[in-house]
Amino acid sequence: MASYETHEYDVLIIGAGGAGLRAAIEAAVGDLKVGLVCKSLLGKAHTVMAEGGVAAALANVDERDSWRVHFADTMRGGQYLSSARMAELHAQESPDRVRELEAWGALFDRTQEGGILQRNFGGHQYPRLAHVGDRTGLEMIRALQDHGIHQGIEVHMENTVVSLLKTGDRVSGAFGYEREKGRFKIFSAKAIVLATGGVGKAYKITSNSWEYTGDGHSLAYHAGAELIDMEFVQFHPTGMVWPPSVRGILVTEGVRGEGGILTNSEGNRFMFDDIPELYVDQTADNPEEGWLYTQGDREARRPPELLTRDHVARCIVREVQEGRGSPHGGVFLDIAWIKEKLPNASEHIRRKLPSMYHQFKELADIDITQEPMEVGPTTHYIMGGIRVDADSQMTAVPGLFAAGECAAGLHGANRLGGNSLSDLLVFGKRAGEYAAQFAEENEAVPLDEAELDTIAEHTLKPFENPPNNGNGEQLGPYDIQAQLQDKMQALVGIARSQESLTQALEEIQNLREKAEDVHAVGNREYNAGWHTALDLDCLLTVSEAIALAALERKASIGAHSRDDHPEKEEPGAGKYNTIVRKADDGTMGIRREPVEELRSDLQEIIDEIG
Amino acid sequence: MATATFRIWRGNAEGAEFVDYDTEVSEGMVVLDAVHRIQAEQANDMAVRWNCKAGKCGSCSAEVNGQPKLMCMTRLNDLPLDEPVTVEPMRAFPIIKDLVTDVSWNFKVKEKMKPFTPRPPDAEDGTWRMEQEDIDHVQEFRKCIECFLCQDVCHVLREHDLHDEFIGPRFFVYAASLEMHPIDTENRLEELKDSDGIGYCNITKCCTKVCPEHITITDNAIIPLKERVVDEFYDPIKKLFRVFSR
Repeated sequence: MASYETHEYDVLIIGAGGAGLRAAIEAAVGDLKVGLVCKSLLGKAHTVMAEGGVAAALANVDERDSWRVHFADTMRGGQYLSSARMAELHAQESPDRVRELEAWGALFDRTQEGGILQRNFGGHQYPRLAHVGDRTGLEMIRALQDHGIHQGIEVHMENTVVSLLKTGDRVSGAFGYEREKGRFKIFSAKAIVLATGGVGKAYKITSNSWEYTGDGHSLAYHAGAELIDMEFVQFHPTGMVWPPSVRGILVTEGVRGEGGILTNSEGNRFMFDDIPELYVDQTADNPEEGWLYTQGDREARRPPELLTRDHVARCIVREVQEGRGSPHGGVFLDIAWIKEKLPNASEHIRRKLPSMYHQFKELADIDITQEPMEVGPTTHYIMGGIRVDADSQMTAVPGLFAAGECAAGLHGANRLGGNSLSDLLVFGKRAGEYAAQFAEENEAVPLDEAELDTIAEHTLKPFENPPNNGNGEQLGPYDIQAQLQDKMQALVGIARSQESLTQALEEIQNLREKAEDVHAVGNREYNAGWHTALDLDCLLTVSEAIALAALERKASIGAHSRDDHPEKEEPGAGKYNTIVRKADDGTMGIRREPVEELRSDLQEIIDEIG
Repeated sequence: MATATFRIWRGNAEGAEFVDYDTEVSEGMVVLDAVHRIQAEQANDMAVRWNCKAGKCGSCSAEVNGQPKLMCMTRLNDLPLDEPVTVEPMRAFPIIKDLVTDVSWNFKVKEKMKPFTPRPPDAEDGTWRMEQEDIDHVQEFRKCIECFLCQDVCHVLREHDLHDEFIGPRFFVYAASLEMHPIDTENRLEELKDSDGIGYCNITKCCTKVCPEHITITDNAIIPLKERVVDEFYDPIKKLFRVFSR
């Protein structure tokens, strides 16, 4: 057996975005030895991209808000497929989690009274998002990072985990490599928290970075955990569409929260044309009422631009498909129009949306205070993910926990904006807490050393593979990744069908065979090609899970739309979750489980609030 | 579609050189797009850090035609493409490979600084009340994305290599964000004067010029900190006051 650099921890956290950092801080509260592994430098994770705010019923701006309303909003937004217990815990605990950040140095924008300011966002009944201009994610990750570095956590930056290690039924460690020299590292741990984020790199148009390759989903799946509701991929309605090189970069929902409107090439504010029944009572029926809502009029109802993301994205696609799109295949998002309403509109926009102003100015030569933006849907977030216990965040594998985007349950069929930042705080803390408890109650288990050499060999295989196959076909990692992204975009995107999904599964299978033979050039030293080759397995695993679950759900609900099944529920099927699990023969299995029945007190909240 | 030449630094600490790559360029492309295209098509093993590709994470810092820049925010149509575009790693830090440098020193510097230490909460809900105008400056400092371009361009670090005696503009901004935080109670002036070496800064404002977040590093962070240090340690009236108040 080869010898490996080994690190021993009580709790190992994989991923250092908001959820991972929050989990690490919590796990380190006692005397436990905590390790944190991340693919990038500390503080660069995708949380940094979150713009609009963190949802918490602080009731600083509107005292009618409460955890009960937040709970009801989250359940409605998720089309009642969420775990009600997670939605309950999330709504109850997020205010404390936000306040706690202030004790660690975060500085949110203030109300007149000096409290934390909150803004409107899609699907939230009251102004609920604590924010810092449009750079809330940066503020949060920096506060967590700057607090976290003083908690005795050992950080392994620029390290990637390629496999979890199990001893018997329990998770016992992780196998990874460090990017700098390509050396292997073994992490043994009594408990592991996955906090690896999402899967956006499976798609061509995405707001996600290279890191979002579904590592946690894939690691958990191969370790025997279940993935739930993987068909629900959120396509954020407003990504940049022009110039081509920036296609997919996020344009915050905060633009609409501040009064921005969506129009088509005919100048029509098309969102008024289609308001879902579930939201008719809560939505403005004229532009003036919508404007008043964004300016804090408590009697006004929200403008249709602030309907849930799944719906807004579909409306935009419809406008483009029916020939009413903008020149570059999107629609117009206009915040400049508010100069009709506000005397100092230009300055107001720059103050409220500084990074959007900057982003369009620098990347697209557009001054958003003077002219409309062009926007279209971009792959943004996955509601589905690793199935966890609502209270403890433990998966089906003892000792293995998950939190943040890679875990699932809170968001159901569609996530409300702002609920991801609160999700990662609430459940990051819980995962850290319960992982620590597990580590205290259980002895370390020895690693299965024979397994290590097999993983090492597999990890180095791309260097051994020839550069092309017998047919002269190139097998570079970037080629395979790009092919997968094209197929997922075309076949498993916003509009899906039996035919497209069946074809997608075949394509994924073909690509998997190619990926087995993927070739990496160069050596192990900071080799992006090799890293991309190793990420392929994760991308293919999550892509298959998404396509398989999308095929299973024969209905159009939330973020999942089937052209061949436009109705919201499959007749006679009731409400169910889809569950993906690795079968004994190594193939991917799928089944349904009915959505857990609501506790009566929670049902009462929904009946009362709607 | 036009073609442009990119002259990219390839190699590691043992040896490196510029290598020319021709690649197609199109409207709206930024330097990072070109580097990615070259990486995907011609140099799979090229090392480059990046994450958000929107100027928010501060990962893709490099020197483009000799200027410290975020590659993701540097548009090709702002560069002369009739000559090769040079792309090289930040020079104030040791190279790891190609465009990637060892920036771990920055993380160690931050760890050594006195952390945020709030006064006890004074509002009923267990938090604090703060006026927006009292936090405006601190929020400006907290816009920092830790790209370390200010460190890269600072001559105290870049030319004089005083990494052991001087924390650099990034961490003066960090110190300022803590010192001016309305609820922080810690005093960091002695460290600023001694171990942090604020006296080495001679206000050339190079850091301010390269900051992609447009933080007025020198005027709003470093100069006020220098003034506080002077007030604390060199002000004769204050010195006298200290003698009597002992």
